[in-house]
Amino acid sequence: MLELRHVSFQVTDNKACQEIIKDLSMCIEDDKFVVITGPNGGGKSTLAKLIMGIEKPTGGQILWNGIDITDMSIAKRAKLQIGYAFQQPPRFKGLKVKDLLSIAHGSELAEEKCCSYLTDVGLCSKDYLDRDVDASLSGGEVKRIEIASLLARQDLKLAIFDEPEAGIDLWSFAKLVETFQKLKEQSLKSIILISHQERIMELADEIIVIDNGKVKERGSKAEILPHLMEQFSDNCAFKK
Amino acid sequence: MQNEMEKNLLKKIAGISGFSLGSAFNLRANGVGVERHSTDQVKIVSKVDKPGIDIYVKANSKGEQVHIPVIVTDTGVNDLVYNDFYIGEGAQVEIIAGCGIHNDGCNPSQHDGIHTFHIRKNANVIYSEKHYGEGNGSGERILNPTTIVYMEENAVCQMDTVQIKGVDSTVRKMDAYVGANAKLIVNEKLMTHGVQTAHSDVTVNLNGADSSVQIVSRSVGKDNSVQVFHPIAVGNTKCRAHIQCDSILMGQAKISSIPEIAANHVDAQIIHEAAIGKINSDQLIKLQTLGLDEEAAEKVIIDGFLK
Repeated sequence: MLELRHVSFQVTDNKACQEIIKDLSMCIEDDKFVVITGPNGGGKSTLAKLIMGIEKPTGGQILWNGIDITDMSIAKRAKLQIGYAFQQPPRFKGLKVKDLLSIAHGSELAEEKCCSYLTDVGLCSKDYLDRDVDASLSGGEVKRIEIASLLARQDLKLAIFDEPEAGIDLWSFAKLVETFQKLKEQSLKSIILISHQERIMELADEIIVIDNGKVKERGSKAEILPHLMEQFSDNCAFKK
Repeated sequence: MQNEMEKNLLKKIAGISGFSLGSAFNLRANGVGVERHSTDQVKIVSKVDKPGIDIYVKANSKGEQVHIPVIVTDTGVNDLVYNDFYIGEGAQVEIIAGCGIHNDGCNPSQHDGIHTFHIRKNANVIYSEKHYGEGNGSGERILNPTTIVYMEENAVCQMDTVQIKGVDSTVRKMDAYVGANAKLIVNEKLMTHGVQTAHSDVTVNLNGADSSVQIVSRSVGKDNSVQVFHPIAVGNTKCRAHIQCDSILMGQAKISSIPEIAANHVDAQIIHEAAIGKINSDQLIKLQTLGLDEEAAEKVIIDGFLK
C-alpha cells in the first residue's frame, strides 16, 4: 500500500513561494488501478514525481508498504518495485531499444520478450529493436518505448504512468488501452495512471481528481465520471 | 612472438593477439617493423627513403583485411612512421590500424603515424584506428596521427577512429580530397581524463561533383582534460557535407568546437551541428527509475554515447 501523509511541495521562484501540493493525504490500496485526473497545472505530475522520488516533498511523509520512503533515492525506490513512465521521456544517443528494455528488466532480455513488449505498445518490434532511443524516433515512438520499458520491469508492485496517451496516435491508443486492460488483469499490484482520457478512466477502479494541489474528489468511475467534465468547464471568465 | 603485455595491447587496439592466416599483417614495435605478412592481393613493402611501409591493394580484390598495429612498450621511444596505402580500382578492403603504448618509465613515449591513402575509382575502404595508453610510469603517452586521403570517382571510405583511454596528449590531423560522387564517412570517438589534451583538425575538400562527407564526432571530457575540435568542410562544387559534433562534459573538463564551413559553389550544401554539455539530468533520472545508481547510470550513458 502507498500512503501519503500531509505531503506538501513548494517551489520558490523569484522569491515568490508557490505551493504545488498542499497538505495532501491519501492511500492507494494494493491491486488497485487508479486514474488521477484534473486540470492542467493542478499538481498531478508533481505528485507522481514525489512518489518516485524525482522531487522531494517540502513537508509530510510517503510510506510504501509501511516503509518511510520520503528521503529514499530514486534507485532505492525502484528496487522496492516502484516504476515510473515519463510524460516526456529522455532520448539517449547510442542506447538501443533492446538495451533500454534489458536495463529495465534487470538482465539481458531475450529478443522474443523485447518484441512482445514492443507489440504491446503498438510498435512493430523488428523495426525498432536495434534502433537507438535518440532523436531519430518520433515523440510518439519514444513515448511508446517508454511505456514498454515499464512493462519490461520484473515484479513491479507499483507502476506510475504520467499521461501515457499524450503524443500517441489513435490506432496505437486503442492498442494501449488494451495493454492497460491486460496489465490490470495480470500481475501488477497497483497502477497509478495520470490521464485525461475517458477510455482510460473507464478502466479505473478508482478515480482521483487533483486540483490546485489537493484531492478534490475521489471515488469509483460511476461516481466521478458522469459529472467530471462539468466541474472544469466553467472556470474561464471569458467563456460565453 | 610477443609477451603477454604486448598481446594485451594488440587485443585492445586491434582485437587480435597476433598474425592471423589470410590477412595481411605488419606489426611495428618500439620503432621497428618486427613481423610482416603479405597476401596475393595485398603487398606490404618497406619504404626505402624513410621509416614506414607502402601497402598495395590490388584492383578489384574483394574482402581483404589488413592489420597494421603499432605498439610501444619501451619508455622514451619517439617513433615517426609514414604509411602509404594504394587502394586499386574497385578494391574492397578493411584496414585495422591502431597504436597502443605501455609506458612504465618516466620518459615520454610518442608515436606519430602519417598515413596517406590513395583510393582509386570505385574502391571501398573501411579503416579503423584505436588508440590506447597504459602503464604506471610518469612518462607521457603521446599519439599524433596525421591522415591524408585522396579519393577518386565513386570511391567510398569510412574511417572510424577511437581513443578511449590513457593517451596523455594527442594532436590529430586529417586532410581529405574527395572526388566526383565519392563518399567519405568519418566517425570519431574520444574520451579524455586527468589532465589529458586532445586536439583534432579535420579538413575535407569536396572537389568532385556530387561528392559527400559525413563527420560524426562524439567525445567525453572528464576531470581536468581539454579537447579542441576544428572540423573544416570546403565545398568547391555541387556536394553535401554534414558535420555533427557532440560532447559530454564532466568534472572540470573544457571542450571547444570550432566549426568552419565554406561553400564555394551555389550547389554546395554544408551543415554543421555542435552540442556540448553535461549529461542530461532526465537521462540520469530515467535510468535511476530503472534501479541504477547515479554512477551506473552515468556509465550506461557514456558507454552508449561512445559505442
